[in-house]
Amino acid sequence: MLNYLRARLLRSLLTLFLVISFTFIILRLTGDPAMMILSPDAPPEAIAAFRATWGLDTPLWQQFLGYLWNIVQGNFGVSMRNGNSAMGLVLEAVPATLAITIPAFVLKILLGIPAGVLAALYRNSWIDRLLMSLAVAGHTLPSFVLGLLLVLLFAVRLGWLPSGGFNSPGHVILPIITLTISGAAVLARYTRSSMLEVLGQPYVRAAIAKGLTYRQVILRHALPNAGMPIVTIAGLMMGGLIAGAVVVENVFSWPGIGRLMVSAVGNRDLAVVQAALLLITVAMISANLLVDAIYGLIDPRVRGGSGGRKS
Amino acid sequence: MIRKLIQDWRRYPLLVQVGIVWVVMILVVAIFADSFAPYTFTSLDLKARLSPPAWISGNLRHLLGTDELGRDVLSRLIVSIRVSLLIAAASTVISAIIGVSLGLLSAHFRGWIEQGILILVDFQASIPFMIIALAVLAFFGNSLPLFIGLMGFYGWERMARITRGLTLAANEQGYASAVYALGAPPVRVYLRHVLPNIASSIIVSMTLTFPEVILLESGLSFLGLGVQPPMTSLGNMVGYGREYVQSAPWVLLAPSSIIVFTTFSISIVGDWLRDRLDPTLR
Repeated sequence: MLNYLRARLLRSLLTLFLVISFTFIILRLTGDPAMMILSPDAPPEAIAAFRATWGLDTPLWQQFLGYLWNIVQGNFGVSMRNGNSAMGLVLEAVPATLAITIPAFVLKILLGIPAGVLAALYRNSWIDRLLMSLAVAGHTLPSFVLGLLLVLLFAVRLGWLPSGGFNSPGHVILPIITLTISGAAVLARYTRSSMLEVLGQPYVRAAIAKGLTYRQVILRHALPNAGMPIVTIAGLMMGGLIAGAVVVENVFSWPGIGRLMVSAVGNRDLAVVQAALLLITVAMISANLLVDAIYGLIDPRVRGGSGGRKS
Repeated sequence: MIRKLIQDWRRYPLLVQVGIVWVVMILVVAIFADSFAPYTFTSLDLKARLSPPAWISGNLRHLLGTDELGRDVLSRLIVSIRVSLLIAAASTVISAIIGVSLGLLSAHFRGWIEQGILILVDFQASIPFMIIALAVLAFFGNSLPLFIGLMGFYGWERMARITRGLTLAANEQGYASAVYALGAPPVRVYLRHVLPNIASSIIVSMTLTFPEVILLESGLSFLGLGVQPPMTSLGNMVGYGREYVQSAPWVLLAPSSIIVFTTFSISIVGDWLRDRLDPTLR
């Protein structure tokens, strides 16, 4: 188990390193930062001074090491808009994002998994058809369309809920509903297909033949075995707690990390984009690592081998 | 052949029939956009700004109404369908080419080349594409060719994984070694023998990528970071229509419903194709 986790951890660190190098390379590919941040017609001595401060006059590998060192120290540069620390701005936006993504995550699981199990148990009945049609619809409805339709219905027509902003508790409702619907649909589809796969297995038939009640067969034998793909999807969604609401936050003018990132991209505020990118990467990687650990816990087959990979 | 197609058609599920009809319709609209559009998509009619669709107190000159500059929504919709489908098609092809090439390379060379490609696959799969796209757009700015190229990186890792797995399996099978034994160079074996054998899985995977690229493109364009005005795309129309959700909801509802019906139809038809064509993905 320890070996397995160690291999996973190494892979995660490698991914993190790749993302950091990726941002560095792309930053350098886009041209001289001095030209972009000052303006092309800035006086030459100002440009030289800027280069010296940021170490742009040194060889590329030294710049890369310096860049890494800055990141290790937690120095991500300052926003070009207002001179605040880039990471500070990003971290400030995190609570707002979590305020809508965490409730949505819980709701997705509470709705999606039972719906999938139900559909699988009553395969080809009207329940299955109804649930799966809803799931396909929820999955293919892009979140910005869904969000705007909800605004049109509940804010414009009925006037029950505010359309966007963040001043009252009522403001969280529509973003959470929007996030929940698509996620629950995806989970329901995955749960259904992995349940169906498991229900056809010999050990389930054996359990039924042994005279266990239906409930026991489902809860003890089928669900744990159907759990792996479900954990994978749920894990991906957990990694998306920070990054998964980019579009929804923008639909509802919600002051989270997604909205910050989109406006930073619009302004080409590179330091903020970079800080957000790294934070999101760390979140995704930690979630993946957690999923791998859970795999190891619930499935003895995984921790046995040398971290054998699916091909 | 045609008679068989008609016979089969009757046995297709109703939803699949509807899906196929819709996709064909959208394709026809995209191809003949210029002859269908009643106006050019940028032409202004300032006297008829925000005029509602013909069936709600609007006039017949603008069937689906007009937007805030008096541009005909129907004409813009038709051009947007063309732009969005073009981007999605080009990106899907690029993604398939990248994925299949890297998949073949990793299956052929094994060793460190394979490991390197697998690390790239992991890297791509571990970060949401939306975030990568945002970062690249922030760093490089936006232009249509760059945007299509960027979308072309969507989904390559899935394609590479599938290709690698299937190619490894194919290399184990008799036909590949037989052709090798006849003295064919690897390129010939892969292009003439392995690729045709694994093509159905790749095509099915492309039917997955295509609607996802439409959604991604419209999402980014909705955020104002994708297709830039004066060019128009479905997401772009929704993004601008959003300002008028209260006074002129038709500006936003027209493109939204096209996006929803199209991705819905492609998913339904794709799922059904997958069940029929490809036993490995079941």
